[in-house]
Order: sequence, then structure tokens, then C-alpha cells
Amino acid sequence: MTPERAANRPMEHPTQDGKKLPVEPVDRVTIRFAGDSGDGMQLAGTQFTDTTALLGNDLATFPDYPAEIRAPAGTLAGVSAFQISFSSYDIHTPGDQPSVLVAMNPAALKVNLPDLEEGGILLVDADTFTQGNLSKAGYAKNPLTDGSLAGYRVIQVPITRLTTNAVTEVSGGGSMAAQSRNLFSLGIMYWLFDRDPIHTIRWIEGKFKNNPDLVAVNRAALQAGYNYAATAEIFTSHYSIKKAATPPGTYRKISGNEATALGIITAGKLTGLPLFYGAYPITPASDILHALAPLKNYGVLTFQAEDEIAAITACVGASFGGALAVCATAGPGLALKGEGIGLAVMVELPVIIAMIQRSGPSTGMPTKSEQSDLLMALYGRNGEAPAAVVAPSTPGDCFWTMIEAGRIATTYMTPTFFLSDGYLGNGVEPWAIPSLEELPDIRVTHRSDPEGYTPYVRDPRTLARPWAIPGTPGLEHRIGGLEKNDITGTVSYDPTNHQRMVDLRAQKIARIADSLPPSQVDGDSQGGDLLVVGWGSTYGAITSAVERARSEGRSVSHLHLRHLNPLPRDVGEILGRFDKVLVPELNTGQLRMLLRANYLVDAKGLNKVTGRPFMIREVYRGIISALEGTR
Amino acid sequence: MSGKGAHSEGEVLTKADFITDQVVRWCPGCGDYSILAQVQKVLPTLGIPKEKIVFISGIGCSSRFPYYVNTYGFHTIHGRAPAVATGLKVANPELCVWVVTGDGDGLSIGGNHLIHVMRRNLDINILLFNNGVYGLTKGQYSPTSEFGKVTKSSPAGTIESPVNPTSIAIAAEASFVARTADVDPRHLAWTLEQAAAHKGTSFVEILQNCIIFNDKTHDPFLARSVRHDRVLYLEEGKPMLFGSEHPRGIATEGFAPKIVEANSSGMLVHEPGLQNPSQAYMLSQLTYPEFPVPLGVFRRVARPTYEELAHGQVDEAIHRAGGPGDLGQLIKGKSSWTVT
Repeated sequence: MTPERAANRPMEHPTQDGKKLPVEPVDRVTIRFAGDSGDGMQLAGTQFTDTTALLGNDLATFPDYPAEIRAPAGTLAGVSAFQISFSSYDIHTPGDQPSVLVAMNPAALKVNLPDLEEGGILLVDADTFTQGNLSKAGYAKNPLTDGSLAGYRVIQVPITRLTTNAVTEVSGGGSMAAQSRNLFSLGIMYWLFDRDPIHTIRWIEGKFKNNPDLVAVNRAALQAGYNYAATAEIFTSHYSIKKAATPPGTYRKISGNEATALGIITAGKLTGLPLFYGAYPITPASDILHALAPLKNYGVLTFQAEDEIAAITACVGASFGGALAVCATAGPGLALKGEGIGLAVMVELPVIIAMIQRSGPSTGMPTKSEQSDLLMALYGRNGEAPAAVVAPSTPGDCFWTMIEAGRIATTYMTPTFFLSDGYLGNGVEPWAIPSLEELPDIRVTHRSDPEGYTPYVRDPRTLARPWAIPGTPGLEHRIGGLEKNDITGTVSYDPTNHQRMVDLRAQKIARIADSLPPSQVDGDSQGGDLLVVGWGSTYGAITSAVERARSEGRSVSHLHLRHLNPLPRDVGEILGRFDKVLVPELNTGQLRMLLRANYLVDAKGLNKVTGRPFMIREVYRGIISALEGTR
Repeated sequence: MSGKGAHSEGEVLTKADFITDQVVRWCPGCGDYSILAQVQKVLPTLGIPKEKIVFISGIGCSSRFPYYVNTYGFHTIHGRAPAVATGLKVANPELCVWVVTGDGDGLSIGGNHLIHVMRRNLDINILLFNNGVYGLTKGQYSPTSEFGKVTKSSPAGTIESPVNPTSIAIAAEASFVARTADVDPRHLAWTLEQAAAHKGTSFVEILQNCIIFNDKTHDPFLARSVRHDRVLYLEEGKPMLFGSEHPRGIATEGFAPKIVEANSSGMLVHEPGLQNPSQAYMLSQLTYPEFPVPLGVFRRVARPTYEELAHGQVDEAIHRAGGPGDLGQLIKGKSSWTVT
């Protein structure tokens, strides 16, 4: 038995045809659906996720797909996978290792088998293990027969043939079978983990409502898989996972990019500003544009720019016009936006730059995740050009952190970075739906009073300049990228003025820290042996690893930074309460460098740049070796 | 007067209202002074309150322009003025937006944005000062410098063919394309009025003299003594005639233009409103000394503006949904569950 077994005894549970197979309660299962990029693995995984979310399990997902839309079929390069971990308790990651692997062809098996738990369940489409497919996947011998899979519970099912049979019955021809093999496999998984396929059936009926043939074909494939699992005795039992003990409330499932898009619209409503979203398509940020573009009835103006530079500069123009201007991009796009963001720094206009980070440098690995653009967000511009930087820590937190970005940008009149990444953006989790009353009040009013107005007169508390927008009588003024004279905003080459303006721009960003709540340390806030400091998407893995170490009685605590520029005022003092500091990051040590530079603390790094998120055990091992390492 | 934002009632503005307290810092004798003077003369005639007028520029000598016009202004970064203007105009379609750019700013570093703003047909006015050289960086060749031109960066002569700004505007589907010159203030003012009146992107190439780095570059056809023989003033609905003492006209043979005696058969009549851009493009390609250089409106066609369409889609979506979207419903999503 590989899924984490609950303490309870197996119980009897009738199947559809009245047969009794035991239902074993388990606490946590991690399934990976893997196949060719044309096999519909993301769809199967997403459907399983939707059904599981509605059942009330906690869950986290990790879609992992190639950048090629369709790499050559059957090759290792074309393998696409979707991992979901679901449980009866609170979890923070999509699981280190799958306990169940669905492999739709030999290439999917080859790529994903190394991750499968020892003794794990391996479901394969036996029909695809042909000589041709085996050699495309680089198998000299058929792994289904050469004994190499002895360590797993291998379930061989002729999925292609059975799907064809099922589809032929309803459509009179099996030509559509190839596209519904994923649903047959999904049906098997639904039975194995005791979930009703009804949610997916309804989805099929909605999706293909104009094509009854496709409804019939897909429903037949799904039900055939479900019934096959129930009757063919390929499994000796199936499993149930109790609802997670989540706090009362209304929940939905949400991906990081969905939450980001919702956060953008919400920030627009909360500030009371018209929303302008300007973007150039780029993986993995395009989903935000796709999410916002259809929401025109919320007043969203989306602009697909001709390039990354036009996207940011159109945002600057929209911000000049009084809109809440937001763009999203990834590393290569940010590299192009640098000058435009520098202009926003100089003219002190709010713009939100959502960075959905991916592996670099250059084009890198577009669909793989990394945290390697932190320093570019902080410093990737000419001149002394400080900007605010925040980072969400979970998919749902993307919503809240985007609102925080909106608050900072408009309160302090500054470009503000929001550092998500591909793992966070595409990952899905259940999310407690907030009521509108819990949302912060960040309403903005544009300057309209000509009395005492000059373009660079500053608010004494925030140091922000007034936001006076074209169309306002009496406030006509000129701004631009040339250095400004303090207060009047006219062009100035005066040496002492430049010194003062550089200092003022830095002080303005530093003052954001005055508005931040005290930092939250998970663990021993008074101090201890080790503090693990993270930011962004590593939250789940660090939290789980720290929980595990603490459950073993180790003195380990966790500080997760949402604000990276400015850093909260108490960070230095918190670091000082711990003997050691460990900074896990999916880069080569960017936050670590900032902490060392800012606080002269001997922070150690735990770094990985494989394009994949941290596993819990990697962070756990890092914690153990940090604790045991010499000072 | 249509387009370009709301009209004020009552308030009478004069040229003085559009002059700022900033000292104008172009070189003495620069063609930009003439352009600034005509812009400041035309603006009060548009019937638009000055708080609704915005000048946006990129980088270069021409791009200092916003500092000298007492409206809202934004001196942005090199080449990006059309993109900044796009964001501004979409955010507030009520504004009357002018982009001031040059041959380097608009056609070299910012060529991409210039093309896209024109094809989208934002209702803005683009003034491209074409002096055939980089002035602010002190004398390198520009994308409109003639082949073989000797400059600081091309001591052996350029080996690049120039681009023709008016041709590019026509090819990029600008709905209004005109050319005028700094040395002909009356024609310049008239052209600015035409541009302002047009709803959609108005592109105006202004042939302008750089007295320091490219002096007299347009003189072979623009000098007062020769202008009437070497410039073809385009007038809507009128035959394409030029030449004061010896009037001649333009006709075509196949697709190629040719010069014919005045009033001979086949002489073209100027029709800037033709949907087909072929004739406008052919005219834009007439260059001295083979042909007279046309000044005037090459193309003027009606097309919906980008901001109208963008806001139209928003209004339509709100109308179809029976009102603005409900934020609470959006956050809740399509499927949710409750834990008690």
C-alpha cells in the first residue's frame, strides 16, 4: 500500500454492480498523470482536481508541460504531466513523489518513473508499448516484460483498445477514441479514489453542448474507465480520503494566475480607478491576459501591445491618465521593460509589474519555474532607480499580494513588482473566498486642487508626489525622464538637486516599511537554533519541512518574506535572534545576498535551479545539515 | 471640428495661453521654432480647453516640444511616445493627444510603435519632424538620410537606403497622412488644422531644417525661389498641377507616375479619400529631382478608432450582462463549496 495509510481498518463499500470491494481510508495521495502533450493530461488532471476540490479534500497541483505545443508524438521531449496531491489534512505542496503514476505511453513512463514512490501504483496503457514507441522512448527492451518494474504495483490496461470499443458503441466509429483515452484513465482514477465522475460528466455536457456526438464519446470513455476499474478486478481495493479539516468558510479552487487576475480586478475596484492591463504574450504570464480579457463587464481594458516595451510604456501612459496600470511578464520581458520602468520611477507614477518568473537566462526553459529575477526587479534599471517589490507565497495569496501591490503603488506613487513564478502561477489549491468586507480600503483620489500645486510637492508622510491627471483644469504640467527639480518638477541639471532627488526617491521606497505589520515568525518567535528565510513560491515546501523538523523536536523556525523591497524593519532584529540562518531559493542565492548585504548576517543558501520546485525532503535535509553543520 | 476630445463652451484661448515659462532651447534658426509657433497658433482655434490637450514626445531635439506648450505634457523615452500615447488615450479618450517625434525617434528606435499606433487608429495626432539627421546626439545619419550621406558616423558615406516616412504611414494604414514643411508656415498651420480635425491617427511628416548638422537639406525643392516648380501642392478634388511658369501635371502609365503637360488627358485629380491606398502611396514616392515633392493631405479615410472599439466592447459587455460585473460573484467563481 503506497498512499499514506490512515489508522482505520478497511471497510466494505459496494460498487456500481453490487460487488463489494474494500475501501481503504488513506490520508494523502499524490497522483501524476503523464502522457504525450497531445494526450490531454492537463485536462485529466484539472478534472480530477475540480472533483477533488468539491469533495473537500485539501489539495495542491503541479502542471508540468513542455514549451512545444506538440513535440513529436511519443518522444521524451513531448511528455506532459500533471501532479495532484490531495489529503484529509492541511498540505502545502503537490507532493514530493507521486504514489500513483498514470503513464499513457512508454516515453511518459521513462520520464516519470524515477519519481514514483517505491511500491507505488503504476497504471500504463499497455497498447502503446509497441516496438516503435519503445524505441522512440529509448527503451531497448519492453519494461512491462523485462522485470524492471518489479518494485511497483503495475496495472496494465489496454486503454487504447478499451476506449476504442467504448467509443465505437456510441459513435459508430472509433476515430475519436484517441482523444478520449485520457478520460478512460481518469475514470479508472475516479473509481480507485472513490470519487463520483458526475462533475466531469456535467463538464463534458457543457463543453460540447453543441456536439452531441462528442458528449457521447467522452462520456462513454469516462464511464468505461470507471466501470472497467470497478469490475475487472485490477485493483484489490480502492481508497477514500476524508474531507480535510479546514476552517469553516466557503472555498473554491484557484490557480496562482487566476488569483493574480482576480487580485488585479479587485485592486482596480478597491482603488476606485479605471483598470488598464497592457501586456505582450509570454509564457507563463499569458494566462493572466486570458483571464482578464473576457471580463470586460468589470470595466477591464486589456491592451495586447506590439512588444514588451510598448506594454510597459502604455501602462505608464495610462497611469499618467489616472488609471491603475498593470502588466505581467516573465524574465525576457522584464529585460525589455527596464527603461520603461525607470521612466515610471523618474516620473513617480504607479505601475504594477507582475513577474511570473521562469527559468533563464535568455529564453531559458519557458515552462519551468525559477526565482531568479529578484535582483533584476530590485536593480535591473539604469541609475539609482528604486522600486517596491512584493512576492506572493501560495496560489491563493496571489490575490492578497496583488491588492497589497496596488496599495503600495498608488499610496507611494511608484512602480511595484509582484514576483510570482510558473510553479505558483499554474499551481492550484483550495482557497477561502473572502467577503468584500474583509478587503482593505485603498481608495485613491486624484489631485484636483490647484492651490499650492506643483508636480513634485510631496506628501510629508509618504513622500509621494500628487497624482494630477490630464483633464484637470489648472494643473497643467509637464513631466519626463529628465531629472526633476525638487518640488517644481522642471528640468534640472543642478548637482545638489540631483543628490536630493536620488535621496528622496530612495527614502520614499524605504518609508513603505512604516506601513508594514510586524513580521510573522512560524515557530519560535523568541529565537532558536535555525531560522529558515524564504520568499515566494517556496513557502509550501519550507513550511512542510520546518513542520517536520519541529515535530522531531528541532529548534527551527520559518520567516517568509512578502515584502522584498523595502524589507520589513524588524527583519534584521529577527535574524539576530537565531544562531543560524538558512535561505532556500530557486536561484543561486539572491535573497541570501540581500540579507548578507543588509544585515551582515552569515546566511547560508539552499539553492536549486533545475526548473522544478523544492521537494519537502530537499528542504528538510537542508535544515538538518544546517543544524548539524559547523558554525 | 470633430474628434480630439471635448469642446469647451465659452472660454476663449489665445496663442499666449499655450506658451510656457520655459526658455526654448533649440539652436537659433532651427526649423522647430516655426513648428512650435504654428502649433501654438492653431491650438486656440480648436475649441478644446487646454487641460484636455496633452503633448507626448520621445527623445531628440523635436521631443523637447512638450516643455514649451502650456498644456499637459510628457517627455518620455526614446521611441516610445506612441505607446505612452496609446495608454493615455485608452485610459481617457476625452483627451486631445499630440505625439511629437523625429526621424530618428519615430522611425529608428521607435519604428515598431509608430507602425502599430497607426494601424490601430488611435485618435491622436503624430507630428514627425524630418530633418534627415540625428541632431541631439550631434550629427549621425538617420533612417531618412539619403544614401551615401557623409556624417560623423558615416565618413565614407552611408550604405543604407532611407525610409520614406509618408510611405510608411500609408503602408501602416494610417487613416490620415499628410506632409508639410517648416518653411511654409501657412501650409503648416493648415495641415495641423486638417490633422486635428481628423478622427483617427493623423500622421504629419514635417520637413524640417537642422541648421547645424544638415542645413538646407530640403532646400533643393523647398527654397522659396524654386518651391513653386518643385513642390506639388495636393488639393482635394483638384488636378495635380505644379509649376508657376510652366504648369505640368502628374499622370500614370501603368503603375508608374509620369509628368505630363497641364490639362493633358489622364492627368490625375487628387482624391485623398480613396479607400485603395495605391494612389496615395504612389504620390508619397515622388521625390526630387525626378518629380516634384508633394505636400498636403495624401490620405484621409474614415475608420473606427481603437479607443472607441475598446470602450465599445466594455460597454457592450456591461450592457449584455445587464449591468457592471459583481465583484463578489467574480471572486466566488463558478463552483465553490462550504465547510461548516
